[in-house]
Amino acid sequence: MNAGVVTVLIAMLGGAIRVSTPFMFVAVGECLTEKSGRVNLGLEGTLVLGAMVAYAISYHTGSPWAGVLAAGIAGSALGAMHGSICSLPRVNDVAVGIAMMLFGTGVAFFFGKPYIQPTAPRLTSIPFGGFSDDLNLRSALDINPLFFVGIAVAVIMAWAFANTRWGLIVRTVGDSAPAARAMGISVDLVRFLSTTVGGFLAGVGGAFLSLSYPGSWNQGLSSGQGLMAVALVIFARWSPLRCVLAALLFGAAGALGPALQSVGVTQGYYFFNAAPYILTLALMIASSSATRSARDMPGELSMAK
Amino acid sequence: MSSGAPAASGLAAAGTPPSAPSARYDLGVRLRANSEYVAIPVFALLMAAALFAVFLLAIGKSPIEFVNYVWRGGFGTAFSLQNTLQRSSPLILTALAVAIPARIGLIMIGGEGALVLGGFAAAAIAVPMVGVVPPIVTIPVMVAAAVLVGAMWVGIAGYLRYARGVNETISSLLLTYIGIAIMNFFVEGVMRDASNPNKPSTKPIGDAYMVGYIPGTEVHWGFPVGVLLSVALYILMTRTTFGFAARVTGGNFRAALAQGLPVGRLIVGCAMIAGGCAGLAGYFEVAAIQGRANASLAAGYGFTGILVSFLARHNPVVIIPVAIMFGGLVASGGLIQRRMGMPDATVLVLQGLIFVVLLTSETLYGRFAIFRAGDAKERT
Repeated sequence: MNAGVVTVLIAMLGGAIRVSTPFMFVAVGECLTEKSGRVNLGLEGTLVLGAMVAYAISYHTGSPWAGVLAAGIAGSALGAMHGSICSLPRVNDVAVGIAMMLFGTGVAFFFGKPYIQPTAPRLTSIPFGGFSDDLNLRSALDINPLFFVGIAVAVIMAWAFANTRWGLIVRTVGDSAPAARAMGISVDLVRFLSTTVGGFLAGVGGAFLSLSYPGSWNQGLSSGQGLMAVALVIFARWSPLRCVLAALLFGAAGALGPALQSVGVTQGYYFFNAAPYILTLALMIASSSATRSARDMPGELSMAK
Repeated sequence: MSSGAPAASGLAAAGTPPSAPSARYDLGVRLRANSEYVAIPVFALLMAAALFAVFLLAIGKSPIEFVNYVWRGGFGTAFSLQNTLQRSSPLILTALAVAIPARIGLIMIGGEGALVLGGFAAAAIAVPMVGVVPPIVTIPVMVAAAVLVGAMWVGIAGYLRYARGVNETISSLLLTYIGIAIMNFFVEGVMRDASNPNKPSTKPIGDAYMVGYIPGTEVHWGFPVGVLLSVALYILMTRTTFGFAARVTGGNFRAALAQGLPVGRLIVGCAMIAGGCAGLAGYFEVAAIQGRANASLAAGYGFTGILVSFLARHNPVVIIPVAIMFGGLVASGGLIQRRMGMPDATVLVLQGLIFVVLLTSETLYGRFAIFRAGDAKERT
């Protein structure tokens, strides 16, 4: 029993690292978009399209990193679409996000059908667990380089928000569009770029799904992970670093089901599959308030009004 | 939200004095102003169709052939038309699940989850009664279970919105995933029909509890029920105090609070009506089509319903023809897949494209003088 608990904990550690990576990319990307004052709910579609494109390109070129890049480009295309549509007056960014979610998923399923069967080259992981003889620990510490890329992006973004002119511009646009206009900044352009870059990151997150973990392409690959990552940004109070921490927490929650299954607890497998959604909802309830808008929320967000 | 515009124009018309000439004048103005709400979505549909035609040409398929198959698969024959009406029933109900909250200013997209749980609840309550309780008792119990569970489910999102300020769009979609997981939990576990090895399902509810077809057709009763419910909800939202209060709340939340309107009850009420509609859709999927609850319930009707409601500008009556249109598109999906060798996601691409173009077209409102000529009380 005790050994079982240790196995579960190790599996959850490994899961936290593996499962968290796509959450991290989507959340950090969405953090940038929301900092500029816009919500892109469509990142679920971006994640799925990124996963499909990455898998297809990796299959055709034999290079998984080309797949990652292509996924990022596909993601930025969707982000640019969202960004430019929302620049038009009287267009609701939340509704466009829902539409982009359906569109991105539809396009991914359409072009992804021939890639369900074949096997594409995956991203290779770096084994950090060489010191240990414990197979579980070794597999838990097989860490994909994208995990570190995600953390690096978050750190750089946090630093840039606080210390650079670009960061200041994005924050100003997100907090008060009139102030930004008075400074001579093109609000629409900044939001367009923020959404595009956010889409790029979400696309890369999708590449991780299909090229590393779970490491295949099928239509059920991401069920709501993009959406949860968007919700996570609220919980992380629009800080890229807290997004990373929240993603790790989520990874651990998401790994609970498979971890328990690995030690033979199959009862309630579907219930544990629901755990990340329930946790997201619980976190949203905990971090929202009926009477005041959330702390640190960019003032221009439609959610804030 | 910005697309609450029809409600606003309705309010303006209600506020004018009822003298005969001005009423006639108003009718002309209203026709002109309302034709904008028809012309722009139709234009958006045509644009989306044109873009989709370009897409088909780009992948080497014929748009004409596509239209031909949609016609044959969805509307052309008596069989396909009945199939279309059958499929438009859940679309009407899940579109209502978006339209009613939209009237109170909420974008709720939890229809799929309420459909799945409603259908599951109906099956779960019927299975132990099979062969014991007469259908006359069981069928109303099933309907009540489906509607109540659906209403509770979306009601949660409404309550969280009011009491905790939780974003209702995200929470309602999360609840959809949770709802599907709950159904899978039971269907793959304690409630699984062991005699059916292929697909995890509940036990069948049996022929006695099925709702059957409208005599002389192969259309189940879900379609007329959906139509009646649309009309009833249209009346509720436009001709009653409840509907008026809901529209005021959607138009200006603070003004509604200041007026002392029961904002919380209105929001939860609208969310529960929405969930009840979607739950009813689940009931008909189980009791008229599937005969049992399983993963086939999550067939995406809830998501297509979102598009239907937006295209109908959240007007419950307009939802009916729009749902039939998309019912035809969904119904012809299989034919397109077989004859044109295109994946089943083709319909999803087209729907996504329509949705994106439609929302883009929101920016066109108020830009054309033709819809406003002679209108002294111009909308702001």
